[in-house]
Parts: sequence; structure tokens; C-alpha cells
Amino acid sequence: MRRLPAMTATATSARSDLSELGRSETALRTFLHGLPGVDQVGAEQRAAQLGTRSIKTTAKAQAIDLAIRMVDLTTLEGADTPGKVRALAAKALRPDPADPSCPHVGAVCVYPAMVPYVAEVLRGSAVHLASVATAFPSGQAPLEVKLADTRAAVAAGADEIDMVINRGAFLAGRYQEVYDEIVATKEACGDAHLKVILETGELATYDNVRRASWLAMLAGGDFIKTSTGKVPVAATPPVTLVMLEAVRDFRAATGRQVGVKPAGGIRTTKDAIKYLVMVNETVGPDWLDPDWFRFGASSLLNDLLMQRTKLTTGVYAGPDYFTLD
Amino acid sequence: MSERVAVRKTYKLYIGGKFPRSESGRSYLVQDANVSLASRKDARDAVVAARAAVKGWAGATAYNRGQILYRVAEMLEGRREQFVALGATADEVDAAIDRWVWYAGWSDKLAQVYGGANPVAGPYFNLSAPEPTGVVAVVAPERPALLGLVSVIAPAIVSGNTVVVAASPAEPLAAITLAEVLATSDLPGGVVNVLTGRIGETAPTLAAHMDVNAVDLTGVADAELAAELEVKAAENLKRVLRPAPADHDWFADPGVTRMTALLETKTVWHPKGV
Repeated sequence: MRRLPAMTATATSARSDLSELGRSETALRTFLHGLPGVDQVGAEQRAAQLGTRSIKTTAKAQAIDLAIRMVDLTTLEGADTPGKVRALAAKALRPDPADPSCPHVGAVCVYPAMVPYVAEVLRGSAVHLASVATAFPSGQAPLEVKLADTRAAVAAGADEIDMVINRGAFLAGRYQEVYDEIVATKEACGDAHLKVILETGELATYDNVRRASWLAMLAGGDFIKTSTGKVPVAATPPVTLVMLEAVRDFRAATGRQVGVKPAGGIRTTKDAIKYLVMVNETVGPDWLDPDWFRFGASSLLNDLLMQRTKLTTGVYAGPDYFTLD
Repeated sequence: MSERVAVRKTYKLYIGGKFPRSESGRSYLVQDANVSLASRKDARDAVVAARAAVKGWAGATAYNRGQILYRVAEMLEGRREQFVALGATADEVDAAIDRWVWYAGWSDKLAQVYGGANPVAGPYFNLSAPEPTGVVAVVAPERPALLGLVSVIAPAIVSGNTVVVAASPAEPLAAITLAEVLATSDLPGGVVNVLTGRIGETAPTLAAHMDVNAVDLTGVADAELAAELEVKAAENLKRVLRPAPADHDWFADPGVTRMTALLETKTVWHPKGV
């Protein structure tokens, strides 16, 4: 018999019983540890190579507008105030007030307590309202508290929930516990979309990133997200590449499409465009849409706007002419 | 034994405290040496580096800035022979070092001479203090390459501005050698950034850049280009220093106008106690 590439073989054999996996710890572990290992050097080399593409002129203009539409404009500070998040929401609707042709961003992402203030501003618009929940960023709270956190955010008007997985449990190998938490949170979300934050900076290896990605998707996550932005290592191109491969293989195995959101550390237009190239080359244009790919960022938006202004006016823009938050 | 082959230097740009090649990969020949031909993107990168350096440099104490500038003069002194070998006259090098020291002395005196208490009709202290303008884009005079360059850089940075300077296209070796002096003088990276190459290519980008606060057109010889640069600078009301007349004597006493032209005066009112 002809040998299939390892990934396809796993995916095909898994198709029938994927939905059964969550019923037993053993089955989950067998499946997750049966995923092929990530070639670390290969992934890093591939990610670096995709970062060397040169995207110019009209293609760049398109990429910038797409990237703006994909931004989850984020503020997750202890010092957030209703006034600050209202201003941020206003910016999400019209990122560049001087240019009506500038698209709005994908979503605004705030702490649950700030959701009602953002909801007021965004009501009736196409901008989504994301809220972090489940004891973000550590996730170290009892399950009831995490679920209450989630329900409160949804009740206040969030239509996307960014949850954190229990990294402690994941790293200890208690996959069932992580799985059940995601399932429970998904249920608490109701109609809201669930983004599952893997916090890849704490997962130590690409193999773990691949396992956590599959675990999150198997448990019903609508998006997998790299990081909280609260630990030193946030989104990196190789990690995002591994996650993109996971969503590609997951769709091949189950038919369900899952989105990807790199977050943290993406600050420049150049970085954002590198990610878009990676999306196109790894999973294809199906994912080149704000419904399937997002950037979790705050300062990125201003750089995108400055680059956009450069393309439309021919003059390099300065940060003095854009709002700080 | 084979004969030793000399190691020849490539004269690179000086941006953010580093010596990168031009992003465009281009270079041109001057005095048998390869010199980077800066592109618009290099100019943009230099502005980013200059902007990043403003906070630290403007925030440093005047005393500290002065000490660093004196240090630059010391290092210049040690490289006298090198500058002479590159084509500067000994008189020019001496004048450049002396000028650097002269400006260095001004760092903690500017605020005393150009700031102070203003008499007002009310129970207030009213104090004015000069502050740096920010990022200054400078076109250095064509000749004398070293003295001219020192005469435009030193007065800008002494008060806390950071500069992006387009060096003399015909004699850029002195400019990059000066950059090597700056890089080894405790001057924070990004305070001075040196671009070599065509003025017509880098200057319009700098003059139009919205994150530049002032342009010094001293070395722009072409009147038409100077007018174009002034128009571009007007877009965000940059402060503009007009080109120097062709017969300008760089050895003469420079006066203080170059320093004061790149200052903003901040005035504060403070209620007087009883």
C-alpha cells in the first residue's frame, strides 16, 4: 500500500471517531500524542522564508485594508476606564476620521467589565465586540467562576468570547479537564463565538502548540488564538504557522473551518503583511477574511493607518496625527 | 609568504547608532571607496530612529548632554590625522573640533540666556524655558565637508534635538568618519543619523515627512530644489532654515542663531505664595 503523508493518515483515520475523543482521557491522550511531531527547524525556516516576500503598491494597499478589517482593537489594562474604551470603540468604527474610505476594524476586545460601555458605541454597527473571559489572563480560577465570567460578558453584549485554556492542566497532561472546560465555556457562550487562547508562550514546544490547537478545535472552539499578550513571548510566525496547519488539517478531517488569531507583539504593517502571506500560502484564501483570521493588537492599527496614509498621499505620516488609543 | 592584502572599508550609513548598508543595496564610488547611496526608505528609517531618540536625549540633563558633546570633541581630536588623510585641511579639522567644544559649552547655558523670569502684572511667577523642537532634518553644506557638517549638527543637538543629516554627496567620507566618532562617544544611538547619497533623493522625503519638526536647508545649492523643499515642509508647518549663501564663510564666528532657531519657548505661569 502507498504510504500517505503522516498528517493525512492521522486525519483520515481520525475522521470517524473524532467526536468520540472527548469521552475519555485515554482516547484524547492517544490521539493528541499520535499527532505527528512538528519539525522545529523546518517550521522556523518556512515561517522565515514566507516573511521575505515583497508586497508593494496595489497589493500592499489591499493587504493594509484587509489587515485593518482583521484587527481586534484591544485594550486589556487594569487602568481601562469607560471613557478610554468608548474612545477606542469610536476609533474602531472610523479608524481614520480624515478618510471615509478607510474600513472599520474587525472587533473591539476588552475586559468583561468594560463590555457595556463599548456595546453602547458599537450598537448597530458591523464591528464585533469581543470580551476576554474565564479569569483572563491566568485562567487560574474555579470553573464556576470562569463560566459566570463568560455568561456575564455575553449578557452585557459581547458576541465574541476570548477564553484562556488551563495551561497548568494542559502541561500536566490533564487533557480531559482542559477539554471539558472549553466545552463548558462554549456552552456558556450561547450564540457568541468562542476564541480559545492557547498562550503558546507558556506551552514550551511546537508539539504542544499543535496538540493544544487540536484539543481546542475538538472541544468546539470557533477560533484558536496564540496569546494573551501578558507573557513575554507572544505571537511568533512559526507558532502561527503550526496553528494554521492545524486548522487546515482539522477542516480536511472534519469539514469544519476554524479561525486563527495571532495576538501580541504584532506592531508593524510589515509584520501584519508577513502573516497575511503566511495565511495565503498555508491555508489559502478561504482564511483571508476577518471572519477567519484576526490580529489581536492595539498599536498595530496606527502603523497600518500611517502606511495607508503614505500610500494615498505619497508622504510619510507621523504618529502625531493619529490617536494614541 | 604572500603579500598582505589591505582590508578596505565600505562607508555605510549611520542610522539609530548602527552602520547599515542602504536598504536599496546601492552604493557609489568616492575617492576609490564604496559609499552607500541612501534611498527614501533609509530616510524614513532614519526619521524613525531619530524620533525614538528624542525622549532620552531631550530628557537628559543639559550637563549630561554637554559632557557627551565634549567627549565627541575629544574623540575628534584623536582622529585629526584620519580626517586630514581624507582631504580636510588641518585648519578645517582644528576649526571643527573648536566649534564642537564651543557648542558643547552652550548646552547648560542656553536656558539661562534664552529663558528666564518674565515680569507680569499679577501675583504670578512667569517663567520661560527653551525646549528642543524635536526631529530636525538637515542638508549639510557641500564644502567644507567636515566643518560644515559639524556646524549644522552641533547647534541642533546641543539643545536636545535629534537630527537626520544628508551629508555632502561629493565628500561623504568625512561625514561617515564623523559618525564613527559619534558612535564611540556615548552619544545615544539615533540622536544623529547620517545619510549619504543624492540630496535630490533623500531631502524631499525628509521635507515632506510628517514626523519631522524642522528642516535645515543649509546645503541645498539648487534654488529650485530649495523652493520645492520649502513647499513640502509647509504641509505640517515645519520650521525651515533657508539655504546658506554660496559665499558663506564657515570659519567665521557662527553666532547663536543656529541654536536658537531650533528651540521652542515654553512659558509657565505659577501662582505666587504669600
